Amino acid sequence: MQSAMALSFSQTSFTRPNHVLGSSGSVFSTPRSLRFCGLRREAFGFSTSNQLAIRSNRIQFLSRKSFQVSASASSNGNGAPPKSFDYDLIIIGAGVGGHGAALHAVEKGLKTAIIEGDVVGGTCVNRGCVPSKALLAVSGRMRELQNEHHMKSFGLQVSAAGYDRQGVADHANNLATKIRNNLTNSMKAIGVDILTGFGSVLGPQKVKYGKDNIITAKDIIIATGSVPFVPKGIEVDGKTVITSDHALKLESVPEWIAIVGSGYIGLEFSDVYTALGSEVTFIEALDQLMPGFDPEISKLAQRVLINPRKIDYHTGVFASKITPARDGKPVLIELIDAKTKEPKDTLEVDAALIATGRAPFTNGLGLENVNVVTQRGFIPVDERMRVIDGKGTLVPNLYCIGDANGKLMLAHAASAQGISVVEQVSGRDHVLNHLSIPAACFTHPEISMVGLTEPQAKEKGEKEGFKVSVVKTSFKANTKALAENEGEGIAKMIYRPDNGEILGVHIFGLHAADLIHEASNAIALGTRIQDIKLAVHAHPTLSEVLDELFKAAKVESHATTRTVSEKVVV
Amino acid sequence: MAVSSSSFLSTTSLTNSKSNISFASSVSPSLRSVVFRSTIPATSHRRSMTVRSKIREIFMPALSSTMTEGKIVSWIKTEGEKLAKGESVVVVESDKADMDVETFYDGYLAAIVVGEGETAPVGAAIGLLAETEAEIEEAKTKAASKSSSSVVEAVIPSPPPVTSSPSPAIAQPAPVTAVADGPRKTVATPYAKKLAKQHKVDIGSIAGTGPFGRITASDVETAAGIAPSKSSVAPPSPPPTPVAAKATTTTTNLPPLLPDSSIVPFTAMQSAVSKNMIESLSVPTFRVGYPVNTDALDALYEKVKPKGVTMTALLAKAAGMALAQHPVVNASCKDGKSFSYNANINIAVAVAINGGLITPVLQDADKLDLYLLSQKWKELVGKARSKQLQPHEYNSGTFTLSNLGMFGVDRFDAILPPGQGAIMAVGASKPTVVADKDGFFSVKNTMLVNVTADHRIVYGADLAAFLQTFAKIIENPDSLTL
Repeated sequence: MQSAMALSFSQTSFTRPNHVLGSSGSVFSTPRSLRFCGLRREAFGFSTSNQLAIRSNRIQFLSRKSFQVSASASSNGNGAPPKSFDYDLIIIGAGVGGHGAALHAVEKGLKTAIIEGDVVGGTCVNRGCVPSKALLAVSGRMRELQNEHHMKSFGLQVSAAGYDRQGVADHANNLATKIRNNLTNSMKAIGVDILTGFGSVLGPQKVKYGKDNIITAKDIIIATGSVPFVPKGIEVDGKTVITSDHALKLESVPEWIAIVGSGYIGLEFSDVYTALGSEVTFIEALDQLMPGFDPEISKLAQRVLINPRKIDYHTGVFASKITPARDGKPVLIELIDAKTKEPKDTLEVDAALIATGRAPFTNGLGLENVNVVTQRGFIPVDERMRVIDGKGTLVPNLYCIGDANGKLMLAHAASAQGISVVEQVSGRDHVLNHLSIPAACFTHPEISMVGLTEPQAKEKGEKEGFKVSVVKTSFKANTKALAENEGEGIAKMIYRPDNGEILGVHIFGLHAADLIHEASNAIALGTRIQDIKLAVHAHPTLSEVLDELFKAAKVESHATTRTVSEKVVV
Repeated sequence: MAVSSSSFLSTTSLTNSKSNISFASSVSPSLRSVVFRSTIPATSHRRSMTVRSKIREIFMPALSSTMTEGKIVSWIKTEGEKLAKGESVVVVESDKADMDVETFYDGYLAAIVVGEGETAPVGAAIGLLAETEAEIEEAKTKAASKSSSSVVEAVIPSPPPVTSSPSPAIAQPAPVTAVADGPRKTVATPYAKKLAKQHKVDIGSIAGTGPFGRITASDVETAAGIAPSKSSVAPPSPPPTPVAAKATTTTTNLPPLLPDSSIVPFTAMQSAVSKNMIESLSVPTFRVGYPVNTDALDALYEKVKPKGVTMTALLAKAAGMALAQHPVVNASCKDGKSFSYNANINIAVAVAINGGLITPVLQDADKLDLYLLSQKWKELVGKARSKQLQPHEYNSGTFTLSNLGMFGVDRFDAILPPGQGAIMAVGASKPTVVADKDGFFSVKNTMLVNVTADHRIVYGADLAAFLQTFAKIIENPDSLTL
């Protein structure tokens, strides 16, 4: 995860200036007008498949695209492209990214097919976000019930909280099944063709799936996602040395588990395991736990999520060799210094969870047919998710979204990228602002963030010559948080005092993952602090934590928008 | 806390709200002479010219105008660690937020006077800062004289090496194990290490009993001489001790579950029963049995049964009447120093419901007539089934009746519930061959009654006399219907 995070930040810092410079004024109006368009169509009762509804866009788009195709074909000489296509859009991979793209494509009137070689829903629904949320829901309640002090302060008496492992595991599995069915049905219902089999790119606008089914499409989106990354030297047996894929099945709750990697995945599992009674040892290659989070947030998070729990850690070390438990021996972990590579220590534990991030799943995709060379497995793309080939030129009609491109390895980022691509292929230029994509870690309490961290913002400010300010507020000052006896937590906002632009917001505290969206929406829509601070928050709610931030910020410029000045009769 | 200090420092420069507070230190030029604040710039000049050894006090800062005392959330630095000016040293909790406190001076954190989780008034010394490594020991002595309880005796194996960059792995407990590296590697679980640190136990000196010989949390607790946190019920009397010890071992050192077995947590009712049963072990009890002829009672029962009278009501009434004549059996001893005669005779009757056990109480069983008692009993059982019994309806008993006769049990032995003087265990009434005083044999219905009583207040003769009375009432049951 740490590598992915680092990568994503460095890339997004490129996309942002592009985004701002390239289409400055119109950017923010784009999504807004899109929204209106969708609304109007619904209001007039057009069905989504009614192509007449979007005729003008479509005609324009068609002519432009077909011209491009012929041009690319003649230059490549790679066989004549088909004249008419089976589909407007083929998506390889039915994860959350592919699903988001498919839904939006149908809305835009495109004839769409989605190819899935495994199960619909991909990592997120089957082996990631979804089942892990089920486990975390259990761990949150266990944690609360076990905390006598917490219960007593409410005047509650609870005796002997316990759990049934299989019951917990079933809950996670049932949730995944339910969401998977919802996802499948939502696509079937609007007429997306779900094609089963492993998909690969045969050539321009040509895709093979299953054994030998060949179909063509005007545009192709690769959304094949990722698999758990296992560093070499580590032997995964699925029983005592496991990845998140195995851990989510919760086949056992070991007494002592080492978690390699302290990013989101590791952190969330430490929350689950400690709540269920395990002791945890973190192994982190960097010098600090929770890399990728804002330093101040990770510091507080460590104070709350690590130090008081049955967790210890080794930082600045690699797990160079991990041997599963066998022949009456425990799991053996050899640690070497991350810098000097010298042996440091050997750990003996009951199990090890490898949470060192995720590797793109791009093998066997036929990328060589379109001259694309992956970088550490990731498919190179530009800021519009257009695939770049080995010579650095764009491959026409081929896009890659989600974990496979490695820009920002989050389910909702994949979905947003997919929607952005559909916007483009249906004739409207769109560049996704990755800095407006929030991220969350569902520990207890939760961590969430959007935009830049404080050091990143400072660096950018120095480079571009603007001042950076920070405001902070504590959950201890929030009535609702105190009512819940959950005063632990902070929220901080990093912003430009000159123009009131929000650069980043980081929250650690109760329901942080739900709270972040006010900030991410503000960033996405370009709302400035001087404007949003006038918005009203219901009292007493946790949302006042953000209200507090907006109000505490000192911005030099005044409110820009004409706030509702007409009198409204209530 | 492995956060680089530089990034945190930068926070201060950007922040409008002051969340980083630097502590002012006081300087004692030589041991225990005048203590004054060295925030005055002149001090540092004077200091460097005249004084050789300086040990600074780190004291509790006032983080708000209303703050009078503060709680140490955590020490970011450990004793003996090198500090650079501006680094965060300790986290203090104020009424609003946790704040990092940073140092104005370079040096070594020589001693922690107020530990994590402890509270100190504003201005009190919470730690000592030595300027050089050589002064660490001196500062420790000073700290020892300063604080009576929380002196940290942890021996720092070797002074930290003087390097320009402080070692990044600061709060890592791992070195603890490294120190104890002997011929055999010591393996301790994360929680065991935490506990060892907390209770200041040398983890190297503990023999591990966990899987693969590792040191577990309970090993540390044993070494520290504290009872494992689970068993809060510690029965005081001698006989239960082995039982308690057994209970402890089962909670802490559970044998692995057999495959396919399941763990079922106690329900509230099961917990209550369990608690009461463990508590009962602190009462010295004894048992007396008595055979009772029930021919007359059975005949009476046949007569009154159509009127809704139950056997339970009959037995409760009989027990109530017998208790009225032997108030000591109806007494209760709660503190072991005195006992009380209960004004009412409330007969609790054990009932099995939905896999649980509850004892609805027939109040004033001696006074109420048989019909009212039967009616009352029906009502109580109904309430018990629907879990609507009020507390006074199941915990006001002064004597308990337990009847397993309907299962064919001929005799059994009941556990005395805490707070009551005696409990009666009633077996089945069975045709039995008996010889009368003239030597004639006959077959009579006989039931065995076994009473368990608290020997602190009820003695053998008391109980025997009570049983005799009870038997007489049963054998001449006409008084029951009066």
